[in-house]
Amino acid sequence: MSTVTTRADATVVRPWQQLVVIWALLLTAPFWLPLVGGYTAVAARVLVMALAAMGLNLLLGYTGVLSFGHAAYFGLGAYGAGLTLKYVAHSTPLAIVAGTLLGGIAGMLFGLLLVRRRGVYFAMVTIAFGQVCFYIAYKWDDFTGGYDGLRGFVRAPLDFGLFTIDITNNGMLFYYFVVVVFGLAVGLQALILRSPFGRTMLAIRENERRARFLGLPVEKHIWISFSISCFFTALAGTLYALLNNFADPLGLNYIMSGNIVMIAVMGGMRTFWGPLVGAVLFVLLQDYVSSMTTNWMSFVGLVFVLVVLFFPRGLMGVLQRKPSA
Amino acid sequence: MTTAAPKLEVCSATKKFGNLTAVSDVSMRVENGELRAIIGPNGAGKTTFFNLITGFFPPTSGDILMDGLNISRVPAATRVKMGMGRTFQITEIFPELTVRENTRIAVETGLGFSLRAWLNAAEKKRVVDASEEVMTMANLTSKADRLVGELSHGDQRSAEIAMALALKPSLLLLDEPTAGMGDEETYHVTGMIRRLHRDSKYTIVLIEHDMRVVFHLADRISVLAEGKLLAEGTPGEISANEHVQNAYLGKAE
Repeated sequence: MSTVTTRADATVVRPWQQLVVIWALLLTAPFWLPLVGGYTAVAARVLVMALAAMGLNLLLGYTGVLSFGHAAYFGLGAYGAGLTLKYVAHSTPLAIVAGTLLGGIAGMLFGLLLVRRRGVYFAMVTIAFGQVCFYIAYKWDDFTGGYDGLRGFVRAPLDFGLFTIDITNNGMLFYYFVVVVFGLAVGLQALILRSPFGRTMLAIRENERRARFLGLPVEKHIWISFSISCFFTALAGTLYALLNNFADPLGLNYIMSGNIVMIAVMGGMRTFWGPLVGAVLFVLLQDYVSSMTTNWMSFVGLVFVLVVLFFPRGLMGVLQRKPSA
Repeated sequence: MTTAAPKLEVCSATKKFGNLTAVSDVSMRVENGELRAIIGPNGAGKTTFFNLITGFFPPTSGDILMDGLNISRVPAATRVKMGMGRTFQITEIFPELTVRENTRIAVETGLGFSLRAWLNAAEKKRVVDASEEVMTMANLTSKADRLVGELSHGDQRSAEIAMALALKPSLLLLDEPTAGMGDEETYHVTGMIRRLHRDSKYTIVLIEHDMRVVFHLADRISVLAEGKLLAEGTPGEISANEHVQNAYLGKAE
C-alpha cells in the first residue's frame, strides 16, 4: 500500500516518505494530540471524513466523475449500522458489514441509472438520489427517528472469544479500531488503483473517447468505479455512527455531500492522501471555529476559496511536480 | 476454393446529417495486407467515412463488412475487439499518464484484462513485454516514463499509433498520421508506417494530406470529393488521372 502516483518521479516527497510520516502521525495521535489542544474523538472524526472523501475520490479524482450525492451512501452506512445495533444484534462488526452493504448496494442500484449521464447531469442526478434518501430518513419517524436522528444504540465491545476489546467506553481503543479499519480500507483502495482495472479508471478520466476506442466498455467501468466508491463511503458512514452512537439525517443531506467533495478538493483530488489532508483541515476548522461562532461554515467556505485560489491542485497537490511543458 | 474475403469492404455507404450528405454512395474494397490511402480536399467526407468504418455512427444506408462479416450496426467497442484499431485526426491520448502507462492500458484492454484486480506473474510479463514491443515500434522507448502530454506533437502522434498497435489490430485506420508535423517527424512516422506494412504485414487505411507520404506508401489510393468516390487506383494511375488533377492535385505544379 502506498501512494499511487500516476507519473514517474512525480512527487517532491517520495511516496514511501509520505507513507511513513502519515502512519507515524496517525499511530501516535492520542499521545501528541492533547499537547496541541486536541482530543482523540477529533482524530477519529478526521479519519472517518477522510475515508468518506477517499472513497469519493476514487470516482472524482481517479475516474474523473463528480458525484454530489455521496452523503446518501455515507448516511445509509450510518443508518445501516445504527439500525443493526438497535434492532438486530449487539455486534460492532455486524453493524459495519450491514451498513457498508446497505450503502454500497444502494450505490450499485442508483449507479445503474446514472452511468450514461455525464458532467453536470451526472452530478444533478446524484444529488436527487441523495435527497430521496434524506427525506426517507427524515420522514420515517418510527423506524429512523426522523428529524431527531437515530438514537438508542451503542457500539458493542469487540469480542474475540478469548478476550474482548472494550471500544465502547475507551475512546483511545476506539480510535485505534478506526485506524485499523481505515488502514485496511485505504490499503484495498491502493491495490485497486494499481490494478489493471484501476488504470482503466485513469484512462476514462484522461480521455473517455480514447478509452472507448481501445474497446473499453466505459459505462460499465464507471458503474463499477461508482459502486466501489459508494462502498468505501458507506463504510466511513458506519464508523461515523459508531463514533457518535447516533445517526443523523443531516448526514444524508446534500450539504454533507458538498462537505465530502470539499474535503477531497481542498486536500488534492489528484493525490492519494489528499482527502486525508483535506479532512484534517475541514474537521479542525469545524471543531475550533464552531466553538467560537455558529457561522463556522462561512469560515470553512472562505478557507475553501483560498485553498482553491492559491493551491488549485489542493494542499497535497503542492507536493506534486508541475507538468514541465 | 473460394477466395478469402477482403479485410474491409464498404458497399454503397451513405451518411446524411439532416440535409447534408457527407458521404454519398461510396464503395471500397481493401484486401488483406494492403495499404490504402484516402485523399481528398477538406470537407470531402474522409473523416466521416472513417467514422462509418469504425462505428462512431452508423451509415444512413449501405453496409460495411470486415472479413466478410457485416458490421454496419456493430458498436465501436466491439469492432475494436474484432481487430479494428484507429487513431484520430486530433490526437487522442491519456495526457497526464506516461507513455508506458498509455501503452500498458491499451495492452491490458486488448488482452481482456481491463476488469482484473490483479495479474499473475506470467500475465504481467505478457503485458510488460507487449507494451515494450509497441513502444519500440513507435521509437518511444527512451521516453517511456515521460508524460505523454509533455511530448512533442510528433511523439504524441507516435504514442497514439503505439496504443492502436497495442491492441494487435488486423486492420489499422490512421486519420492524418502526419498532420501538423515537421519534415523530420513526418519522415520518422512515414518510416514507421512503412515498416508496419512491409515487415509486420498490417492492413492499413490512412487519410493523409501530404502527397509525398501518400505516393510513397500507398498500394492503392482512393480519392474522395464532395462525399463521392472520384477515383481509385495505384499511385501511378491516380497521378495520371485527369479528373483527380482537376479536382484536387492541381494542374499548376
